[in-house]
Amino acid sequence: MLDQIFVSLKYWLLGYSPAAIQPAVSILLTIVPILLVFPVLFALTTVLERKGLGRIQNRYGPNRVGYFGILQPMADGLKSLTKEDIVPAAADRTVHFLAPLVLLAVAFLPYAVLPMGRNMVVTNLDTGVLFFFAIGAISELSVFMAGWSSRNKYSLLGAMRAVAQMISYEVPLLLSSIAVIMAAGSLSTVEIVEKQAGFTGIFPHWYVLTPWGFVGFILFMIAATAETNRSPFDLPEGESEIIAGYYIEYSGFKFALFFLGEYLGMFAISGLGITLFLGGWAAPLPFLTWVPSWIWFFSKLLGLIIGFIWVRGTLPRLRMDQLMNFAWKFMLPMALVVVVSAGAWRFLPQGVTRWLASTVFLALAYLLLARGVETRNKIAKRTYRFAE
Amino acid sequence: MRLMNAPFLILAVVTLVGACAATMLRGLVHCALALAIAFAGIGALYLNLGAQFLGLAQLLVYVGAIAVLIVFVILLTRGADSESLSPAARPVAGIVVATAIFAILAWAVIHSSSILSSGQPAPQTTIRQLGAALMEGYVLPLEVIGLMLTAALIGAVIVAMKENGQ
Repeated sequence: MLDQIFVSLKYWLLGYSPAAIQPAVSILLTIVPILLVFPVLFALTTVLERKGLGRIQNRYGPNRVGYFGILQPMADGLKSLTKEDIVPAAADRTVHFLAPLVLLAVAFLPYAVLPMGRNMVVTNLDTGVLFFFAIGAISELSVFMAGWSSRNKYSLLGAMRAVAQMISYEVPLLLSSIAVIMAAGSLSTVEIVEKQAGFTGIFPHWYVLTPWGFVGFILFMIAATAETNRSPFDLPEGESEIIAGYYIEYSGFKFALFFLGEYLGMFAISGLGITLFLGGWAAPLPFLTWVPSWIWFFSKLLGLIIGFIWVRGTLPRLRMDQLMNFAWKFMLPMALVVVVSAGAWRFLPQGVTRWLASTVFLALAYLLLARGVETRNKIAKRTYRFAE
Repeated sequence: MRLMNAPFLILAVVTLVGACAATMLRGLVHCALALAIAFAGIGALYLNLGAQFLGLAQLLVYVGAIAVLIVFVILLTRGADSESLSPAARPVAGIVVATAIFAILAWAVIHSSSILSSGQPAPQTTIRQLGAALMEGYVLPLEVIGLMLTAALIGAVIVAMKENGQ
């Protein structure tokens, strides 16, 4: 019924098309909603983000266009469409033109394997999670294309930072996903969601509700923040040091495409986090299963987006050495510990001992690793020589 | 031919154009990007043949890691604006190497078709079977490769450290 309304709608519409073009119509009916829904979500998120950041910073945020500034993205879109498209004289025109297109195409592809509701997935690939990461790897190249083709020192620096950061944080991202893949015994996103179905008492069988899953989820989300170049990991575009990083030389609608690509990447990786750790489209409580599955997916997505905005408004930007130290000295060993812990969880007998052993193991690892990161950088009150 | 469908033709053209561009373009970064296109085309061809794991691993390793590595090496060593050697710089050596590789590959392809054309359909391999094979039958080679990669990693770090100390 309501749960399957979009699936039924697709088949109802498909029934009216002639048999000869039915495969093409079916593909269109699957892809066009994704191409519509996520850009609209992007538009809503920009308002939400600007309002939220405004609230955190004790100001209003956009409040002039439409009721509560809700039409602000329309105004922004019109503005970027009518702005002049400036290409630097020295730029490599072909690569400069291709970079935003590659980024956007790559940003849309991961949605092919995200289950957004019961039976609502474009393709149920046997290797869905691998597909997600393989496509994500191409986006590094598009970022480099943008930074290099602009022939601008700042944009090249931004691109180098972005690629270094994305490669470093891809490792903990993959390792924390491997823990879930081990537990579920499958790379298919649909099957991973199915493995988390069901409840014990009122608690769902989500992987985030196990000790290793909880730590893995936090590691995954930190790595996802770095992977999507969002604050506090936004060094590649650090406005105060390298102006805007790899998209300095993009103006008008090409800049908007970069913006869109970045947010689509954030939604996609949040969607993967939901699929891997938060039970996908499953309801959080047993008496809420009557609510349609797609509502749960998008509620969780919105929750994670609000988390991203909150973190952006709260934490200061990291330095490059802090970023790398954190990735290689804390995130990577912690992710390996999570993998080991997930394996032990599988073979320990069910019950309290399993919980205690896993929690103590992870807490010990966390304490030791955190000490290692801390002693290297002595945190002391900053003394100013000239400012005070 | 069963394989000569539209997706195959498109992907083959993309791969070949990318490979040709990688050898013929003047700018080194352009060559590297064209090579990435060729890698992606080969990955897509594997996917088109139903070898999901191989195709995605090709994308992940070659486009995501090797192409980025090549681009970094070009940027950090010679400068991106230096032009590549003209293809006609050493024609004889190039022709000999290309002919030898083509001959070996053609020999392998011709012989593999004589094995496979016995009429039975290609076996459907799931990712689970691949994983089981890697972890059971081929676990020793896997561990050896892992050890070798670790050694290479440590070696790279040591080389970088020495340069830092001077």
